Amino acid sequence: MMSWLLVMPIAIPFATAVVVYLLRMSPSGRWVSLFGSVLSLVASVALLVAVLEHGVIAAQMSNWDAPFGITLVADYLGVVMVVITAITGLATAIYALGEIPERVEKLGYHALFQTLIAGVTGAFLTGDVFNLYVWFEVMLISSFGLLVLGGSREQLDAGIKYVALNLVSTLVFLSGIGMLYGVTGTLNMADLREAVANAENQGLITVIAMLFMVGFGVKAAVFPLFFWLPASYHTPSFAVSAVFAGLLTKVGVYALMRMFTLVFVGDVGFTHEILIWVSALTMLTGVLGAAAQTDFRKILSFHIISQIGYMTLGLALYTPLAIMGGVFYLVHHIIVKANLFLVSGVANKLAGHTDLNRIGGLYKSSPFLAALFVIPAFSLAGFPPLSGFWAKYLIVKASIELDNWIIAFVALFVGLLTIFSMTKIWGMAFWKPHPDGYDPTPDRAPDHVRVPMMIPIVGLAAMTIVIGFFPEPFVQFAEVAATQLLDPTQYVETVLGARPEALFEVQPDIQPDAAPGVRP
Amino acid sequence: MNSIIFTAGARILVALLFVFSLFMLLRGHHLPGGGFIGGLLGAISFIVYALACGSGEARAALRVSPEGLAIVGLGVALAAGMVSVFFGDPLFTGQWYWVGGDSYETALFSINSVLVFDIGVYLVVLGGILSLAFAFDEET
Repeated sequence: MMSWLLVMPIAIPFATAVVVYLLRMSPSGRWVSLFGSVLSLVASVALLVAVLEHGVIAAQMSNWDAPFGITLVADYLGVVMVVITAITGLATAIYALGEIPERVEKLGYHALFQTLIAGVTGAFLTGDVFNLYVWFEVMLISSFGLLVLGGSREQLDAGIKYVALNLVSTLVFLSGIGMLYGVTGTLNMADLREAVANAENQGLITVIAMLFMVGFGVKAAVFPLFFWLPASYHTPSFAVSAVFAGLLTKVGVYALMRMFTLVFVGDVGFTHEILIWVSALTMLTGVLGAAAQTDFRKILSFHIISQIGYMTLGLALYTPLAIMGGVFYLVHHIIVKANLFLVSGVANKLAGHTDLNRIGGLYKSSPFLAALFVIPAFSLAGFPPLSGFWAKYLIVKASIELDNWIIAFVALFVGLLTIFSMTKIWGMAFWKPHPDGYDPTPDRAPDHVRVPMMIPIVGLAAMTIVIGFFPEPFVQFAEVAATQLLDPTQYVETVLGARPEALFEVQPDIQPDAAPGVRP
Repeated sequence: MNSIIFTAGARILVALLFVFSLFMLLRGHHLPGGGFIGGLLGAISFIVYALACGSGEARAALRVSPEGLAIVGLGVALAAGMVSVFFGDPLFTGQWYWVGGDSYETALFSINSVLVFDIGVYLVVLGGILSLAFAFDEET
């Protein structure tokens, strides 16, 4: 039963991908894709309910006991990421109904999209480091496909940069995995905790930890490693860039959070201290980079980087409050950032461009869209009482509690500069008149395009408001998630179960003739 | 490539490689082999054919699109993993039915979900590699 709950959020998008690829020539494909996204959300919520009941749940694929087989685990952090992935997936699937042209659908857009969602979900649920690498590859392949699907020169250019730098990251990650396996002889995350703590050569473990940090750091786009992100995120279709902006970098942050609370905790003074300064520089460079841009999506892309800094900072400070803030930030950011990219898509449809110098007048002619932009934008900047305020509050409070005033100052200062960027978009895209002298009224996009594009924006904005006004349950949830991360006893016990006995007994069913399991 | 020797040799080589890939697929699980290695060998046989006679010919010989093959393979593998639900096992647990015995040593043959999974993997690898290889050939 547990096994099914854990597998469904991964299996449904894969199954949907198969069906929609076969239906790619017919207009019904997009509805099947939408239906698959709804099913994924239902499955994720079912998993959430089970996790709320049990705390941590785990399942062994193919009936191979941990640490030998592939384990799927869902704790509070994992399951909330799965749910938020399903929500973002559903939002962009609706959005795609309006935005994605038939030509791109026939090339297999929906299949790639569903595979991407499956990859992201898999990365959040896996309890095995090598399996995590496999999910990274699934994500990389499908996201590359989505990036270049339009086939323009600009998109290919972005795609090459994206893939080249991400391949370097996976290579570093893979070397780390190889060395880790050489040192400990296991790759199951729960098993690694003990194995890494007991390893003789702790210096080597720290080296491996740094390899992991670089590998995940590229994925998460932290300070010196973020160059691929602003080079690629402004080129694909808006639905795709919303999924990328919301989810892909967050997988890197999640992986950092998982590995640096569960496995690499032997030398916190060294590894997490590096992370603190990396986070501070990430926040600063991201927000300063954004100040220099005039393209709607490029500004937002640089802001992803600066926001990533807050999340890794939550991890780096390594106190219960800070990690709780990091988890809260992660959830809030996915919703808000995906929504801003969706808004930029509608602005592009109405006003004709994403370059802020070439558009304007959206406030006068589309006040509803303007209101929907203000909600995520102010939330991103951390205005009370929107969700971003609580997220920033927790992080800043955690750094003040540690008497780390420089970090607290940087975090607040970056918030201020974020407001500057958001008001720049507001002033140029919404406030000033359109330079070509026409009114970008909503009816410039026909109903069948505009309505599906607006529904997810309204939905995500509503979620931002709900989190902002009723933060209590979400904060409590994040608190439990942080407690589980800092004390993963339950995680380890749930995954490994009754392993000590099992290891030393001869197991009758591990004979070659009755070997369970499937291997390629 | 315009070489009579290669084209003539390819005829034999392609058939041999392809049959060998099927042999590897069926041999898998209990002995070295399986869907992944079989799929790679199968892809090599088609790539040799494409080098000898052009990727257009090779596409015609494959009859279906490589992308479609890969995605159908994914579905087959997924379905094979899901079979275990009917037996109450965790997902992707191999299901075995032995004919004429009760284990690998004594039985004549077996009906199992593992081979179906391997066939799925075979198709994914074959389709995935070929869609890349054909695209490369058509670019240059």
